[in-house]
Amino acid sequence: MNDITEFSNRLQAAGYVAESSLAATLLLFTQLQRPLLVEGAAGVGKTEIAKALAGVFQCPLIRLQCYEGLDANAAVYEWNYQRQLLAIKIQEDEGHSAAEKERHIFSAEFLLKRPLLQAITLPQSPVLLVDEIDRADEEFEAYLLEVLSDFQISIPELGTIKATSIPHVVLTSNGTRDLSDALRRRCLYYYLDYPALDKELRIVRRHLPNIGERLAEQIVHFVRDLRALDLRKRPGVAETLDWAAALLRLKVDRLEADPALLLQSLVCLLKTREDRESVPIEVAQRLVANLS
Amino acid sequence: MIASVVHGEEVPLPEFLIRRFIGFVRLLRLHEFRVGVNEALDALRTVERTGLLKPDRLRWGLKSLLCSDAEEWRSFDDLFDRYWLPPNQTAWVQRAGGSARVADAQTADAMSRSKITQADRAEHGDDAGAAGGGARGGASQRESVGSGDFGLLSDEEQRRQVERMAERIARAMRKRILRRMRVDRLGRRVHLRRTIRRSLSYGGMPLSLVFRRRRRRLPRLVLLLDVSRSMSIYSLLFLRFARGMLAAFGDAQAFAFHTRLVPVSDALRERDSERLREKLEIISLGWSGGTRIGECLERFNREYAANALGKRAVVIIVSDGLDTGAPELIAEQLAAIRRHARRIVWLNPLLGREGYEPTAGGMQAALPFIDVFAPAHNLDSLMALESRLIAV
Repeated sequence: MNDITEFSNRLQAAGYVAESSLAATLLLFTQLQRPLLVEGAAGVGKTEIAKALAGVFQCPLIRLQCYEGLDANAAVYEWNYQRQLLAIKIQEDEGHSAAEKERHIFSAEFLLKRPLLQAITLPQSPVLLVDEIDRADEEFEAYLLEVLSDFQISIPELGTIKATSIPHVVLTSNGTRDLSDALRRRCLYYYLDYPALDKELRIVRRHLPNIGERLAEQIVHFVRDLRALDLRKRPGVAETLDWAAALLRLKVDRLEADPALLLQSLVCLLKTREDRESVPIEVAQRLVANLS
Repeated sequence: MIASVVHGEEVPLPEFLIRRFIGFVRLLRLHEFRVGVNEALDALRTVERTGLLKPDRLRWGLKSLLCSDAEEWRSFDDLFDRYWLPPNQTAWVQRAGGSARVADAQTADAMSRSKITQADRAEHGDDAGAAGGGARGGASQRESVGSGDFGLLSDEEQRRQVERMAERIARAMRKRILRRMRVDRLGRRVHLRRTIRRSLSYGGMPLSLVFRRRRRRLPRLVLLLDVSRSMSIYSLLFLRFARGMLAAFGDAQAFAFHTRLVPVSDALRERDSERLREKLEIISLGWSGGTRIGECLERFNREYAANALGKRAVVIIVSDGLDTGAPELIAEQLAAIRRHARRIVWLNPLLGREGYEPTAGGMQAALPFIDVFAPAHNLDSLMALESRLIAV
């Protein structure tokens, strides 16, 4: 058990408060060299995991943000077409043969590396974060799967590029579409829930060291109760931190002190009009009254 | 628990333990976990590395190795306990869980026990049958319900299965529509006239290329579901279908109507199945009365149309057209929708019945404004819907 405790201490040093089960998974992840798929609601800290890992391994973090229509050009490599044209123009009078010219303009010099290619050609293993993989098309998902199992990329003009280092791959998903079984099978899986009470409290204290003990507790309990309401967008951890910072700035030391101000500060937590309307001042006050 | 495994060291597991472990993987497969051979081997290696003396660690490790979605994640702990902990300990956990659900827990327990014995039996041979069985079963089951009329499903289990499939069809639809769009995209070509025009500023060098591609966007779906009494055998099913559509098409919207119009998109987007049921129950209070299609469409036009309609909008109305209001109002309101939407699709579950003619007053009034009038009485007819959506 002590290596897990040690690993979670290292995570904490990198700025991430992790439960033991998550630390155990991450430890396994470093040992097995399998990609890790993290799912969970928006704002529970999925992306932060990758950042913390990069901190623990002391290695670069390469991020590939997925979106609908993401293709190989944007994710793997692209030829620097303009430079190639200029190079041809410059060499026009130098009397090289066509084959030589071709070899020159399709050399590594004119290759623009996009995140995936970057990730496998670094001297040191980076953490590769494939964010919101569910937004990319199925076609790209299949391609990614291929790259992640072979760790090589073939470029027609250059040949096959083999990985110099195997990246630690973290994928995140919000569940906007079903991922393929093949991808799910290949990955380690972790379902990240909203943090438990004490964990969220630790996170708040970590990020805002000069927050009062009582206020921090009130904030965490309040947000927790708010999440239990029927909201369109439930506030995540980032929202809790925003709100806590705002309250600190507003010099609020107890939530019950100024109801009007409290209601105004809720803009940090409630991000749609419907949600704003569903928490009028009476509801907010009732939530505060329930705290003690 | 296991004396032969020395704390912390990697020791090959004894034969009987490997069998026991394989049995656990089988149990998970029986519960529809997606565990391949590679994952099982990795898991076995993890067991060898951590040893069996640290149950928590083993649990966490196996959990992230063998689970692959949220549902599996939630059911794993229970299965793990049932399989690995001695029976008396399981019983203790159950009692601690609360006495009200004892009967329930016992039946669940009995079911899962029979699965455990199945898994145990599978330890001795019959490998291929167990692994491939699930997928094949699904395909043949679909065949048998694909052409059956929704209204004639009597069996609860069959009904639920059809609902699940309706949801899946909706999701698959988007996949295929998108695939067709991608083939288009492969055909992207250089737009010569623009490229040459732009090259003028570089002294005739075509430095920046201009591409042309076909623009084809997903339709923006608006679903209007009739949930009145005459439709009650279908309404739950179409709600599931709508749920699949909402999940697949990001900007789709759904409304249910009987004598009033109720937006249901938010409720249907709920991912937690427990909450979904609660929300649907709250919304469905007072459903299954008569229908006033005209008034409901009027309300739609007044309050939601500005937001929901547009040139990509495809309005899908699911109703049998049996209406208590004035037919003229329906015609008037449909004409208004028609002006702001790409097309109107009317799905009528009765249309698939033999001898049905759309003679009801409301239906008659609606026909001139409908682009597609199609049956929706079985899964096959829902599948056929796809091609009508693509031609946007």
